[in-house]
Parts: sequence; C-alpha cells; structure tokens
Amino acid sequence: MKKLMTDAELCTGCRYCEAVCSMTHNRAGTCNPRKARIQVRSEPRDGRDTPVVCCQCAAPACIDACPVGALSTDDSTGAMRVDQEQCTGCFACVEACMFGAIVPDADAQVVAICDLCGGDPMCAKFCRALPHIGASALAYMTPAEFGKRPRRQVG
Amino acid sequence: MLGGYAGKVLRIDLTHRRVQTEKLDESAARRFIGGRGLGGYYLWNEVGPEVAPLSPANKVFMCVGPVTGTPVPGGNRHVIVTRSPQTGLYLDSYAGGHFGPELKFAGYDMVVLEGRASTPVYLWIDDDRVEIRDATHLWGKETWDTEEAVLEEVGDSSAKVSVIGPAGERLSNLAIVQNEYYHQAGRGGPGAVFGSKNVKAMAVRGTRGVKIADAKRLTEYLISKVAPAFEAGGGKLGAVADRIKFGTPLTLNITHSVGILPTQNFQHGQFSRYQEIDAHAFRRKVVVNDKGCYACNLCCAKFSRNRVGAYQGEAIGGPEYETLAMFGSNLDIDSMEYIVHANALCDRLGLDTVGTGNVIGWVMECYEKGILTKSDIGFPAPFGDLEASDRLLHMIAYREGIGDLLANGVRAAAQEIGRGSEDFAMQVKGLEFPAYRPGSCSPGFALAYLIADRGACHRRGWPAIAEQDLPRFSHEGRAKLVKSLYDQRIPWHCGVCCDIAVIVPNLSHTDAAAMFSYVTGWDFTAEEMGVLADRVASLLQAYNLRCGLTREWSSLPARSYSQDTDGPGAGNRLTPEMVATMLDEYYALRGWDSRGVPTRQRLQELGLDEVAAELEGRAISGKGCGR
Repeated sequence: MKKLMTDAELCTGCRYCEAVCSMTHNRAGTCNPRKARIQVRSEPRDGRDTPVVCCQCAAPACIDACPVGALSTDDSTGAMRVDQEQCTGCFACVEACMFGAIVPDADAQVVAICDLCGGDPMCAKFCRALPHIGASALAYMTPAEFGKRPRRQVG
Repeated sequence: MLGGYAGKVLRIDLTHRRVQTEKLDESAARRFIGGRGLGGYYLWNEVGPEVAPLSPANKVFMCVGPVTGTPVPGGNRHVIVTRSPQTGLYLDSYAGGHFGPELKFAGYDMVVLEGRASTPVYLWIDDDRVEIRDATHLWGKETWDTEEAVLEEVGDSSAKVSVIGPAGERLSNLAIVQNEYYHQAGRGGPGAVFGSKNVKAMAVRGTRGVKIADAKRLTEYLISKVAPAFEAGGGKLGAVADRIKFGTPLTLNITHSVGILPTQNFQHGQFSRYQEIDAHAFRRKVVVNDKGCYACNLCCAKFSRNRVGAYQGEAIGGPEYETLAMFGSNLDIDSMEYIVHANALCDRLGLDTVGTGNVIGWVMECYEKGILTKSDIGFPAPFGDLEASDRLLHMIAYREGIGDLLANGVRAAAQEIGRGSEDFAMQVKGLEFPAYRPGSCSPGFALAYLIADRGACHRRGWPAIAEQDLPRFSHEGRAKLVKSLYDQRIPWHCGVCCDIAVIVPNLSHTDAAAMFSYVTGWDFTAEEMGVLADRVASLLQAYNLRCGLTREWSSLPARSYSQDTDGPGAGNRLTPEMVATMLDEYYALRGWDSRGVPTRQRLQELGLDEVAAELEGRAISGKGCGR
C-alpha cells in the first residue's frame, strides 16, 4: 500500500503542503496553514525544515489512546479516520502520537488527522521535485519505491 | 463575501499610541488590487509633497494583496510603501518569506504606521490584539539578536518578525527592514523610516487564514495550467530547473557573458575571475540546501554556510546574485567566503547589500584616483581589499568617520566630495545601481533604471535576456521591451506575488486574471491587467511629479556614456541621444508628454480623474509637477 513519505533533507520550508491541505479540507475554502494536517517544523538558523504528517503506522498509538473509539483505519487507503461525532476533543491521541503528527483544532474542539485526501494527497501533488535531485520532500508511494528514490548528497 | 482580502486596514498612531482598524476601501482595491498599486494610492492620498521622508508625518504602508497567503505561486510578498528618504520619491520595497502571509492570516490587508513614538517600541500584532511595546532594551541590537529576543518575548517561535538593525536606528538611506533572518525589504531606505518612527520591530501572529472565493477552481487551475508551465521549463527565459538549482546567482553567468556584470565600480562589464563567484562556485562552495518562501515551487532561496577559511561557520540565506556582484566583481573581490561574510554582516547590521556594495565600490575608486586619501578614510582602500570593505561596512552602519557621509548613499556622498566623483557615482534619482551595468551592451537597462519609479531598479523590468534579441549597441526596440516587461510584473506586484516565481515559468496576465478572480470572486480579465499596469505606472509617476520630479532627474552618471575599452562592447558607447530617444519613445507609449507628465486624457482613460485634477491644479498654480 502507498504511504505518505517524507524526506526532510529535501524540504524547502515553503509550506505549500500546509496551504493546499488547509484549503482542501476547509469547507469554506479558507487557507490557513496553522490548521493543516501536515506541519512543517522550521529551524531557520540551522536551515532546517521538517515536514511532519501521519505516516500511517502499522500499530497506531492514537487508536489505542482514544477513549471513545473515534479513530479507525481506512481499509482502502490506510489513512486514519476520525469520527467527528464521536471525538470529544480530549486530545489524548495528540499526546499519544510519537511523531506529533496530529493537529489539535482548538476552535473546532476536535482533532484533524491526515486522510490522504481519499487517496490522492494534495500536499504531495504540490511538493515539486527538486530537478537537480530528482525527488521531492513529500511522496505518495510504497516504501519500496521510496527506498529507491534519489537522495541529497550531504555536503 | 469577497475572497482574498482580509477587509481591514490597521492604523497605528505611534505619537499618541493609538491603534485603530478601518474597513479596506473596496472600490480602491478593485482599481488598484493591493500591494504597490493600492499602497501607492494610499500614499498619494495621505502623504503629500510637503512631508519630509523622515518626519513623523511620513507614513509606512505595510501592504499585502489579495493573493498573499493563498496557494497562488509566490504569494508570499509584503511590500513597504512610503516616501523614500534616499530619493525623496515613491518607494516600494518587497520582501519574501512568510511575514506577508502571516499579516494576512492575522486579518489585515495593510498596516499603516503614522507619527513617531517618543521612545523605541516594537509592535505585537496577535490577530485582533495589537500592542505597542517598549523596545528600549532592544535598541542598539543587531537584527538577528533582535528577532530572537522578540520571539522569546512574544512566546511563540512561529510568529513572524520584521526588524531594523543599527543602520536603521541611525537613519541610513541604505537601511533595510528584515524579516525571518534572511528576507529583506532592501532598497530605498525603508529601515530609516522605521528608525525615524522609533519602531525597532514588528511581530505578527495570524491564526485566521485567508478565504478563497472559489478554492475548487483555483486548485484546478494550479494543477492544469500552472504546474505544466513549470514543467515546460519556462521557455527562453529558461531554465526553471536552473533557477531552482542555482537561484539568482545564475544571473552572474548571464551578465558576465553579455558584458554587463559590474566590475570595479562599473568600469567594466566582465570579471576575469568570475568563475570563483559564479553560480557553479556558489553551489559547490557554500550552498547547504534549497529553501523556498511561502507557497513557492521555484525555491531560489538557498541556505549557505562557509565551510573553510577565516569566516568558517558563518551561515546566511543567500547570497543572492546582487550581493555576489556588488561585493564581488564590483569590488574586484573573488572570495566566495568573503561575500558570504559581508552578506551576513550587512544583514546583521541592517544594511542593503546592493547599495552598500555600490557605495564601497565608489570609495575604492575615489581612493585609487586620489580623490579620497588614507587620511580621509582612515586606512588604504584599494579595489580588492577585503579588510577595507569590512571596515567601511561597519563605519557605514554605525556612521563612524567617513561612514557618516556614506550612510546617506552614493549620490549624497559624491555631492559632498565632488572633484569629478559624481561622474562615477552610479545611481539614478539617488538610488544606487543594482548589479547590471547599463551602457553599450545594455541600453535596455539604462532605460529600465531611468523609468523605474523608485530610482535605479532592476525589478521593474529585467531586459538582461530579452534584449539580446534586439539590434546590439542600439536603442532600437528598448522602449517597447522595457514597457512590456514592466507591465508584465505590475499585477503580480499588486497581488502580491514574487515576480521571479511567476515570470521564470512565463505566467501571463491571463494567468494573473484567472487566479486573482478565483481568489477574490471578482471577474478580472487579462485586458484589465494591462490597464492596471498603465494605471499604476501613471499614478506613481504622478506621485513623483508632485514630489518635484522632472525629466532631468532621469539621468545617468557620466560613466554610463563612456566608451567600452574591453568586453563584448569594446569600441562602442551609449550616447545621450540614444537615451533621449528611448525616453521619448517610452513616454509616448505610456501616454505621457515629452516631460514625462501623463496627459489629462490618458489619466481619465485610466480612471485617475482625481489625479488628473490635482496635477492640473498644481501646474496652474506653478507648484511643479514637471510643468
């Protein structure tokens, strides 16, 4: 199955992923990177940007942590599903996720987790490959395909 | 509800420490879009010719536009519009990064700074909550230290901060406003205007986002039209892939090859050791990785670090082409590591690398010609002297010794020193030349500098490549070319998008109209974008005329007319007659008379009746305006 894979070495920190993610998932079409389900963590003085997003773990700690059973895995894509009716906004999953990939939405009182846009993630679509490397920071592909991708030479 | 716009203008009266919000003037937004257009219109209405640039009556219009913060490519710019202390004319100074989007997400289309705080302050704009905070303890700090301190105080490292450095505090005409460490509104002295208002920094946190009127169609357009334009590689201007890999330093290879790379204060157009500082050397020697401003696939920004030598470990965003040329070939310096160091120093002290490199080049030439001596400067300052460059840079930032004069820019310095040094003070209207040498090899850049509203500027029209298709050493076709390049950029400068992000992949007025429409919900057409370009150009010309601009101000230093002794233009020269012809042609294409004054009819066609009325009134009362 394809997964949303990240290579922080290639992340430029442009936050295109956050922009299109938030716009796609907001019913009113509001673009608000702070509410995106993918988040880029930036350390500008080190020139480092790291995309953080649900990586569809095999044994999701978030599901185990949810006291009301609001989380499940989508059979066809492997993405996390949040039952918004069930979610009480306790944010136990936010704490449980060891990657920090779940975004608490204080306004909506629920959590937002990457749903892979139903199998065609917009973030990966807008994360263009760096031509001199031949790969982009985000890729929607199988781990086997991802392992064969070009990487940035260090130095 | 209108998309794209936040619908609000934030006014901060520093004198009375009052904060107010007002509704955005929507009909003005429809006419001028945002950014430089709308900012220019507010400036026209609120800052008259009697207002001295560094007086409390001058205002700062910190503008974004409807597509800032949206996924429209390059929609990351904010622009500082004000009356420039360096030129005395209209100024717009842009910066990328994420500050502009953050301002939009906080709910503002524009922040207006008015008056003058009695003691140093910084502003904390946290959505609706706006505070004017004491900055006494920050005054005197370098920019990076200031930014870190402010982030610490507001308690959220995801806030975005704009700051000035020691140069801005000392009201230098070369002073920048810098955001997120590596992004600078660099030219024309915006940092001095901040300094004159006692504003050390502005921090913003926006949590609201921006509404897109038709997000679905915008997304479709980005996928079906914009992405293929990137894939196509950008046609002749070339080189989407090369721009991504090499960033703006790619330009150095272009300017060297066509003979317009400033070398030894613009005496020559080629640098024999250019391979030490060109795009390939840049990538090989100092680049760590590729960076992009908000919502940009072109990621021309680079994070660089010195790996060897005396400056080992120093890291910056950049250096951009302009810095490589102005601190490299222009000073006869071939050390990539030194250029990174000088760039870091300028950034930390709050100086524009373009203007500062230009001024230092002028000092070095003055020294070599005996116009300035060791005792005038305090040390020998021949071309190629790294230590002299470093010391001058410090002296300019802190106004020490001759630095006090140099901080006012090359025009002011040459006027004071005289003795023929004006002939090689490379500026137009007071703004130092950036890194393109106008002359026989590029009459196009001569015109681009002369007609740019903020003085010698390369970003209004960039004929470096397109001019190569025109007859060489001739003025032919330049007026039309420069106007079309200028007009191509205006909608993006109003949007506000980075022009590199959209021009390199060849996005057109049609693309701007489509995306602006999907974002706002208004129906723009490509034709309207063309009219917008003429409208904004004429408005800004009118503003400058009202400030006293005459055709005579649009002149080049004598050096630009000297015969080339080497390079591709050897034996050729640009002549005053060629320049006069280009200006005549350009004015005519704009619908301006031979003095550069927009005709009443033209202004009315462009929907600028009030501007026409005021220009005419001033002409009748004899208050200038070119008449």
